[in-house]
Amino acid sequence: MPATFSRTPTDIERKDTGIGGKPPVDRRPTGGGGGDDNWDNHPSGRRGPRELLTRYRLGLSCALAGDLIFFIALVSAFFVHQTAGHFDLRENYVSDWHPLTIPPILWINTAVLLLSSLTIEIARRHLFHEVDVMEEWLGLGRPAVRRAAPWLIATVALGSLFLAGQWIAWSQLASEGLTFTTTQNSHFFYLITATHGIHLVLGILALGIALCALFLLRRVQMRQIVVDVAAWYWHAMGIFWIFLFVLLTCFQ
Amino acid sequence: MSQIMHKKVARRSKIFTTDHRSIGINYLLLSLVAVAIGTILSLFMRIHIIAPGWKIPFWGVVPPEGYLALVTMHGTLMVFFVLTTAPVSGFGSLILPTQIGARRMAFPLLNALSFWLTTLSLAVLLAAFFVIGGAPISGWTNYPPLSAIAAAGPGQAAGMDLWLVSIGVFCLASILGAVNQLTTIIAKRCQGMMLMRMPLTVWSWLVTAILILFAFSILLAAVVLLFSDRHLATSFFIPSGEVINGLAIDPHANGSPMLWLHLFWFFGHPEVYIAILPAMGLTSSLLANFTRKPVFGYRFMVTTTLLIGFFGLLVWGHHMFVSGMNPYAGTAFALTTMAIAIPSSGKVLGWLAMLWRGRDSRVHPLPTPMLFTLGFLSFFIAGGLTGPILAQPVLDAYLHNTYFVVAHFHLIMAMAGVFSLFAAVYYWFPLLTGRLMNERLGKWHFWLSLIGAYGTFFPMHFAGLAGLPRHYAQLTGSTSTLASFLPLQTGITHTAFLLAGAQLLFLINLFWSAHRGQSAGNNPWLATTLEWAAPAEGCIVRRGPYEYGFHRNLPDFIPQCAEDPEQE
Amino acid sequence: MTDHIWWMPPNGALHGAAIDHLMWWNLTALTTLFLLAHIFLIAALFRTRKSGNDLSQLRWKFLPLAGLTLLYAWMAISAQKLWATIRFQGAAPNALQVEITGEQFQWYFRYPGADATFGLTRPELINAPAGNPLGVDRTDEHSADDIISSILILPAGHEVDLGIRSIDVIHGFFIPGMRVKQNAVPGMEMHIHFTPDTPGDYPILCSQVCGSGHARMQTHLQVVSENEYEIWLKKHAPEHLGATK
Ligand code: HEA
Ligand code: HEA
Ligand code: CUA
Ligand SMILES: [Cu+2]
Repeated sequence: MPATFSRTPTDIERKDTGIGGKPPVDRRPTGGGGGDDNWDNHPSGRRGPRELLTRYRLGLSCALAGDLIFFIALVSAFFVHQTAGHFDLRENYVSDWHPLTIPPILWINTAVLLLSSLTIEIARRHLFHEVDVMEEWLGLGRPAVRRAAPWLIATVALGSLFLAGQWIAWSQLASEGLTFTTTQNSHFFYLITATHGIHLVLGILALGIALCALFLLRRVQMRQIVVDVAAWYWHAMGIFWIFLFVLLTCFQ
Repeated sequence: MSQIMHKKVARRSKIFTTDHRSIGINYLLLSLVAVAIGTILSLFMRIHIIAPGWKIPFWGVVPPEGYLALVTMHGTLMVFFVLTTAPVSGFGSLILPTQIGARRMAFPLLNALSFWLTTLSLAVLLAAFFVIGGAPISGWTNYPPLSAIAAAGPGQAAGMDLWLVSIGVFCLASILGAVNQLTTIIAKRCQGMMLMRMPLTVWSWLVTAILILFAFSILLAAVVLLFSDRHLATSFFIPSGEVINGLAIDPHANGSPMLWLHLFWFFGHPEVYIAILPAMGLTSSLLANFTRKPVFGYRFMVTTTLLIGFFGLLVWGHHMFVSGMNPYAGTAFALTTMAIAIPSSGKVLGWLAMLWRGRDSRVHPLPTPMLFTLGFLSFFIAGGLTGPILAQPVLDAYLHNTYFVVAHFHLIMAMAGVFSLFAAVYYWFPLLTGRLMNERLGKWHFWLSLIGAYGTFFPMHFAGLAGLPRHYAQLTGSTSTLASFLPLQTGITHTAFLLAGAQLLFLINLFWSAHRGQSAGNNPWLATTLEWAAPAEGCIVRRGPYEYGFHRNLPDFIPQCAEDPEQE
Repeated sequence: MTDHIWWMPPNGALHGAAIDHLMWWNLTALTTLFLLAHIFLIAALFRTRKSGNDLSQLRWKFLPLAGLTLLYAWMAISAQKLWATIRFQGAAPNALQVEITGEQFQWYFRYPGADATFGLTRPELINAPAGNPLGVDRTDEHSADDIISSILILPAGHEVDLGIRSIDVIHGFFIPGMRVKQNAVPGMEMHIHFTPDTPGDYPILCSQVCGSGHARMQTHLQVVSENEYEIWLKKHAPEHLGATK
C-alpha cells in the first residue's frame, strides 16, 4: 500500500457523498455484534458474552415478525369475508355472515394462557438471576436450573390445558352443529384457532426441548438462550392469541 | 487468502454441510438445474406457438392445456427457483457473510435447513408433471376459481395441489433464509463494518430479506387459504353460484376471487423486486470496480434501495387495473407505481454517470463481468421504460395480459436478472476455484445472448401492441387476426433458440474454466470488498467499500480492511 | 388485417382516439429515452478517463432526475384524466344495456329485449346442451323477450353499457379494436361503457387464462348502423313470445 496518495479533486467531492469522508480509523462502536459492546474492551475483537443471546433473540424476532404478517393476512381475509355478500335472485345484496357466539370456555382458556405467560416469565427470570447464574458458572451447583424447572413444567401443563380447552370449545361448537364447513364464519373460527393451536403445539415442543436442555446442556449461556428464546416465543403466542381473541369476540 | 478459501471449498463442497460457502454453491447448482428445465420448457412453448402439431420426443403432441402447463411451470421455476433462489439464497449464502467479515451465518444449521426445504420444494413442483392430469395450467399467478376447483381443468387436481405444497414449502424456506440473513447482517458484522460502510450488495440483501419476510408470509397465508378451499370445503376465494362444466359447486358461498388477487400481488410485486435488488447492488459494485471510481453517490444508492423496498410494498394494485378493482383504487396504485419509477430511474442515472469516462485503460477495458453488467443496465432501461406505460390504467387497460407485458417482464426481470447472475458468476468464479473464466468464450456468450435476448423479447412489444393476449396456445381461432402473428412469432422462436443455445457456451465455460482456467491470484479484479481480502481472524474494517481510483498507477485502491497508510 | 400486426388495430370507438394519442406520445417519449440512454452508454465506453472530469457533481444526477420526475408526473396526470373520464362515471341512463357472460370457453351476450329489463337467472338452471347456457329462468316475466347471442352486435354511435359476468372462472373480456378490456369475475358484475362509432367487424378475445380452451374463446363484435341493428333485433327476438309463460 502506498504510504501517501494524492486525492484528486473528485475525491474531495466524495466527502459530500458520504464515503471516504470518515476518518479512516473510527473507534465508534459499530452495529456489528449488536448491543452496545465496545469491542475494544474485548481481547482480539471477541464479542461480549451476550452476543449469542442477542443474536438468537434477533433471529426470533425476525421470524415472529414474519409470523405476525401471516396472521395479519388471515385477519384481513376475515374482514374481507365479513363484508362480502352476493346478489340473490331478486338482486338484493345479502350477506351470509352469521355472527358466531364464542363458547364461553374461551375466556377460561385465555386466562390459562395468560397465566402460562406468567409462569414462563418466572422461569426465564430465574435463569438470569445473577447470583444463581454466578454459582452455576463457577460449577457450584445448579440453583437456577432447579428453580426454573418447576415453572417450565407448569408452563407446559398450562399450555396443554389451553389446547385441551380449545379442543373442548371446538367440540362444543360442533355439538351446536357448527362445524368447520357450516358457515363462512365458522371456518374462520376453526382456521384461526387451529393455526394458532399449531403454533402452540410447536411452542410446547420448544418448551419440552428447553426443559431437556436445562439438564443436558453444559454451558450456562446455552441454557439461558434456550429458555429465553422459548419464553419469548411463548409470550408472542400469548399476545397473538389476545389479538385473535379480541377479533373473534368483538368483531363478529 | 482467497486461495485458502477456494481450496477449502473445493475439498469440502459436500452436500450435507452447514458451511455457508458450500450451501451457497449447492443453492446455485439447484438453480442451475431449475434454469435448465425452465429453459427447455420455454423452448417447447416457443415451438408449440408456431407449430401446435409438433410432437415432443417421448412425450407426444402437446395439447392446449399442455401448453398452459408449460407456461405455468416455466414461470414458477424461473421466478422462484432461479431469480429468487440464486441471487438471494445462493449468492446470499456464498458471499454475504464474507462481505461483512463474518465467518459463518448467524444460524448455520438453519441455513442448511432452508436449502433442504428449497430442494424438497423443487422436487415436489417437478413431480406435478407426472401426476394424473399433469401440471397446473392457471399460470404462475393461479387465479381462483380456476385454481380452486379441481374440475376447472386438467392439471387443476393433483398438479395444483403439488404446486401449492411446493410453494408453501418454498415460502417457509425463504422466510427462514431471510431470518438468517437479517440476523447475520445485523449481528455478525465485523468490527468497523458500520451500516454506512457495507457494500451495496449487502444493503440489497438486507432490504431483500425484509421484503421476503413481508411478501412470503402473505403468500404462505394465501396458499393455506387456497388449500383449505380445495380440500376443506371452505370458500375464501370461491363465489356463490359457481358453475363449472355445467356442475354447480356447492355449498360454497360468498368467497371472493379478488381476495386472492390482492394477497397474491401483495406478494408478487415485492417478489419481483426481491429478484432484482441484489442485481442492482451488484451492478453498483461492479461498475465501481471496473471503472475504478467510487460509487457515484453511495448514500443516494442506499436511499433509493430503501425507497424501492418501501414503495415495492405499496404498488401491488397495478397488476389489477382491469381485474374488477375499484377504478379509484386504480388511480392510487398508478400514483404509487409512478413514484417507484423515480428511485429506479435515479439508480440508472447514477450508473450512467459512473460510466461516463469510466473506461480505464490501465485495466482490461471490458472484462466479461463488466460486459454483463452493461447488459443488465441495457435491459433494465429497456424493460423499465415500459413500466411507466403499464402503470397508466388507461393504457394498461389495453396492454394488460398482452405480449407487451411479457416483453416488459422478460426484459427487466428475466434478462436483466439473468445477466446480472452471469456477471456475478464471472466475477466471483475465482473465489470458488482460484481460476478465471475464459474471456473469449465469455465474450461470445455475452454477444450471442444480448442479440438473442433483444431478438426474442423486443418484437413481443409489437405483438402486444397489436393485441395478442398471453397464454395463447395457438394462433388460430374464429377471429382471423391472430394467424397474422405467425411470421413474427416464428422469428421470435428462432432467436429464442439462439438465446438458449448461447447458454451452452456458458456451461462449457463453467466446466472448462473450473479445471483449465487461467489462475486468478488472490484478488484478480483489484477489489476492495472483504470477500477478496478478509484476513482469517479479527478483521477490522476501516473505511467504506468503494475506495477506488486514488492513484495513477495500479494498485489504485484500498481494501476495506487494509491498515491505514498514514499510520504505517 | 395482416398489415396491422406491428401496431394497434384500427380504432373503432369514440374514446379510443384519445387513448391512441396518449399511447403514441408515451411510446415516443420512452423510445427517445431508450435511445438517448443507449447512445450515452455506448459513447461513454468510447471515452477513456481523464481525471477530474467526470460527472460526479450532484447536478448531473439531480437535473435529469428532476426531468424524469416531471415526465412521470405528466404521464400520471394525463393518464389519470383520461381514466377518470372513461371509468369513474357510469353510463348514461339511456345507454344500451347488454349483459356479457363468460363461461369456459364461450362468450354469451344477452339483450334485454323490448321491456329493457333482464330476466332472472339461476345457477341451477344452467344447462348448455339444453340451450340455456346462462340459466335464464323462463318463468320470469322479464326473460321472455331476452335475446341471447354468441356474437355482439352494436349500433354505431350509441353508447353501450356492458355488464360483464362470469359463471365459472375469471375471464378477460377484450376487444382490441374498441380499446376495451375488463376481467369477468364470477360473483361480481362489472360495468364498462363506451360508444362504438365505426361500423365493422372486431375480434373479441379472452385475455385472462381460464383453462385449456382459453385461446379458443373468441368471437366477434359487429358494429352496424342503427337500422341494421333494429332489423337484427327483430329477427332474433324469440318467436314464441309468451309461449313459455
Ligand atoms: C426469470 C424469469 C424468466 C426467464 C429467465 C425466462 C426465460 C424465457 N422465457 Fe419466460 N416467463 C417468465 C419468466 C422467465 N422467462 C414468467 C414469470 C412468465 C409468465 C408465466 C405465466 O404467465 O404464468 C413467462 C412466460 C413466457 C412466455 C409467455 C407464454 C405465454 O403467455 O403464452 C414466453 C413466450 O415466449 C416465454 C419465453 C421465454 C424464453 C424463450 C426464455 C429464454 O430466454 C430462455 C433462455 C434462458 C436463459 C437465457 C437463462 C439462462 C440462465 C442461466 C444459465 C443462469 C445460470 C446461472 C446460475 C444459476 C448461477 N416466457
Ligand atoms: C424484476 C422484475 C420487475 C421490475 C424491476 C419491474 C419494474 C416495474 N414494473 Fe413490472 N412486472 C414484472 C417484473 C418487474 N417489473 C413482472 C414479472 C410482471 C408481470 C407479472 C405477470 O402478470 O405475470 C410485471 C408487470 C407490471 C405491470 C402490470 C402489467 C399488466 O399485467 O397489465 C406494471 C403496471 O404498472 C408494471 C410496472 C412496473 C414499473 C413502473 C416498474 C418500475 O420499477 C421500472 C423503473 C425503471 C425505469 C423507469 C427505467 C429507468 C431508466 C431510465 C429513466 C433511462 C434514463 C434515460 C436517460 C438518461 C436518457 N409491471
Ligand atoms: Cu376465457 Cu380465457
Ligand atoms: Cu408489479
